[in-house]
Parts: sequence; structure tokens; C-alpha cells
Amino acid sequence: MVETVAIVDYGSGNLRSAAKAFERAAAGTQARVAVTADPHAVRRADRIVLPGVGAFADCMNGLTAVAGMRDALEAAVHRSGRPFLGICVGMQLMAERGVEFGTHEGLGWIAGEVRAIEPKGGLKVPHMGWNDVTARPGEALFEGLAAGEPMYFVHSYALYAQNSADVAATADYGGPITAAVRHANMAGTQFHPEKSQAAGLRLIANFLRWRP
Amino acid sequence: MLRVRIIPCLDVKDGRVVKGVRFVDLVDAGDPVEQARAYDKAGADELCFLDITASHENRDTLFDAVSRTAEQCFMPLTVGGGVRTLEDIRKLLLAGADKVSINTTAVKNPAFVSQAAEKFGRQLVVVAIDAKQVAHGRWGVFTHGGRNDTGLDAVEWAKRMTAAGAGEILLTSMDRDGTGDGFDVALTRAIADAVTVPVIASGGVGTLDHLVAGIRDGHASAVLAASIFHFGRFSIAEAKAHLKAAGIPVREAAGRSGG
Repeated sequence: MVETVAIVDYGSGNLRSAAKAFERAAAGTQARVAVTADPHAVRRADRIVLPGVGAFADCMNGLTAVAGMRDALEAAVHRSGRPFLGICVGMQLMAERGVEFGTHEGLGWIAGEVRAIEPKGGLKVPHMGWNDVTARPGEALFEGLAAGEPMYFVHSYALYAQNSADVAATADYGGPITAAVRHANMAGTQFHPEKSQAAGLRLIANFLRWRP
Repeated sequence: MLRVRIIPCLDVKDGRVVKGVRFVDLVDAGDPVEQARAYDKAGADELCFLDITASHENRDTLFDAVSRTAEQCFMPLTVGGGVRTLEDIRKLLLAGADKVSINTTAVKNPAFVSQAAEKFGRQLVVVAIDAKQVAHGRWGVFTHGGRNDTGLDAVEWAKRMTAAGAGEILLTSMDRDGTGDGFDVALTRAIADAVTVPVIASGGVGTLDHLVAGIRDGHASAVLAASIFHFGRFSIAEAKAHLKAAGIPVREAAGRSGG
């Protein structure tokens, strides 16, 4: 059966890289990847991806500015339970709120908030580069990846989840950083799988096969 | 643990790589995409394209090279050279660049760095600083390949640019660039210790020990090099093995996303 994968276009700059990586990972499968700003297409999609770079409020405003998109996401992801992957700020938007340049409401799918990282030991911010990601055993998105596989991060803010059960993977950067979240059919990565070479493509392929 | 990044840099002019790379398996050695693919396969941690196209009209060749690279290489790509407007940045990001490096425009108009950070996020904004020693323990900021003295102090400038919104500093020693004598370690350390953002050391790498010195003694977060990799003197894997032997954490996995 052909499955459609909707990559949500709400004006985020890195859309093209994300789309190309999903197309590469989907090659030879039945998945059809489409970049779309159409809420109806998102409602109909079998899988949904929310990329994002920039500031939390900017991205949330961009998402809200697409008429009907928030409702479409709520319907497809929250109510219909379609597999969802948020990437970087796309993952952060899953939180209840972000406290970057003032407090801003998020999608509220993951209990917790997004705030500035304050790594111990005078480490540099942004957290930039390849860092080891330790996933909880049995997480489908990390299947086939080595324990502690390095992934590419570039961020100054992180999601602090209220329930540890929602944290699927962590990285250590002067203290634990939420590297991935998962709550039922909703997953998100702080790192960029679309920029993490073979390991990242593997994670994307896992997402395309994921049956939560 | 965060791994130290090794970043090969390609000089691109009118959409073609200027200093050729001597990889044996390249069909078209002047094609930036082919070279990017080779470095992707070799496990480079990031790539940097430096556009040295003289005329602004020929910039479309750069956007084309970036976009073709981003279609095939799923790794971080920084693009610099001739970035003058927010529209330039937007076009590079849409083409597939992850970070954009700003040099002369930052000197001419420091507010541009703040505008770019506000619009696109600080982590996308790399400020490139070309520095030359002007007195013992003092370095000045130069533009136009070291010909133009701005009168700015490099350490103060790096601090100011970080405050303005730079997410990373790409620091090139004009005294060492092209010499193979190694990074200016004192310069690198002076800047890396003065700013809270990561510093990429550049200029002068001739041996693998130089890479170690840039990280261990210069306190850089990443090392950028061109000729030692392009001319096949050392492979990315050899560089990583050397850093690892010196106790510096590197990512060992090969890339291969380009297939």
C-alpha cells in the first residue's frame, strides 16, 4: 500500500534538506514524500513530519499563520494517532510552552517546556556538532543504531519534559539533554537526522516503517 | 560526549572548485558536488563552501552547487563568501545550507549580524574573522584577503560579534594561511577563551599534529583545513585516528550518506 508522508511547510528554512533526506530514506519503499502547506493534505497523510529551525516563537507563529494547519495536526496526530516526527524546533513545538524571548504556547503534546540550556563546566553554547545519543531500549526509531551513536546537534534551547516516560533518548552536554521524545505515536528529535549521514537516514527509515 | 569536528573547506568560483581535490575516483574534479560526496563518504563531520566568485551576478552558480550538494549529502554544510543581505542568507538556506558565514559585511555593518540572528536563529550565523598579528599578543581584523586593515582588535571583535548574535566564530590566521606552519595557537586560544560560542580554527594546517594543537592548546571546538585533505596528504580517517590517539574525542563512524 502506498503511504503518504507529509512534510509540513510553514516557512521553515531547512525544508529542502529534510525533504531530500526523507526521499532518500523512502527510496525503494512504498512511501511517497510530499512537502505541503495544505492542511487537507496533512489530514489525509499517513505520516507527518514537522521540521524547524529558528526561534520557538517564530516557528509557532509560522505554524499558526497557515490557516487550518494546527487543527489538521491535532486531528491527524493527536486524535487519529498517525505517526509523527518533529525535528529540532519541530520537536520543541510539541511541548506545552517555550520560554525563548518571552513565554509562548506550544502544541502541548508533551508535558514540559523549552528553555535555554545551561551546560555545566563552561561548555560552549550553542551545543553544536556530533554528540552521542543514548536511547531507551526498545525505541523503534533507534532500531539498528549503535548504542551511543553520534548525531548532529545545533541548538541553544532544549525540551525539559515533565515526565521521564516521554524522554526516549538523551545526550550528555554538561548534564543530560533531551535528544528525543516519544509519547504514543508522537516522536521528536532535537538532533537533525537529515544531517546525520548514514545514522540519520537509518532513523528516518525506521520512522517510515514505525507502527506505534 | 561532544566530538571535535573536522571540516574540509572547498573554494568555489563560478560554481566550480578552484583548488582541485586529488581524489582518484572523481569523474569531474571541479564539481563541488562530486567533492562533497567524496568527503561525505570519507566521514567528514561538516563541509564548508567558500564562494570566491568575483561578481555578484554569478551567484546563481553557487546556489545551484549548494542545492545539488544538499540533494546528495546529508551532512551539515556551511556556506560563506559574498553574503551581503538577508535575502542572500534566505536563498542559501532554501538551497540547503545549514549555516551561513559572514565576513566583510559584518565589518561594514555589524547590525547585519543581529538582524540575521533574529531572523534565522543564532545557530545559523557564523561570523568569519580574518586576523593578523599586529603586536605581541595582539591581533587585528583584516578583510579582502588580509589587504585591508579594519583597525579592529580581533579578540574584542569576536566578543562583540558573539554579543550581536553570532552562533559560531570561524577564525582564520592570515599570517599562517597557506603556510603549512600550523594554526596560530595563541590567537586561537585568545579568542576561544574570550567567547561563549564554538570557535573553528583555520589557516596553516600542514601536519596532523597541527590539528591536535588547535584543539588541545588553541581550545577550538572544530578544525577547518583545505589543502592537506584536498591533495591527499592525509585522509579524514587518518586525521581522526591522530586526534583520537592524542585523547581528543572524534566521531569514528564513516559518513556514506551520499551512497
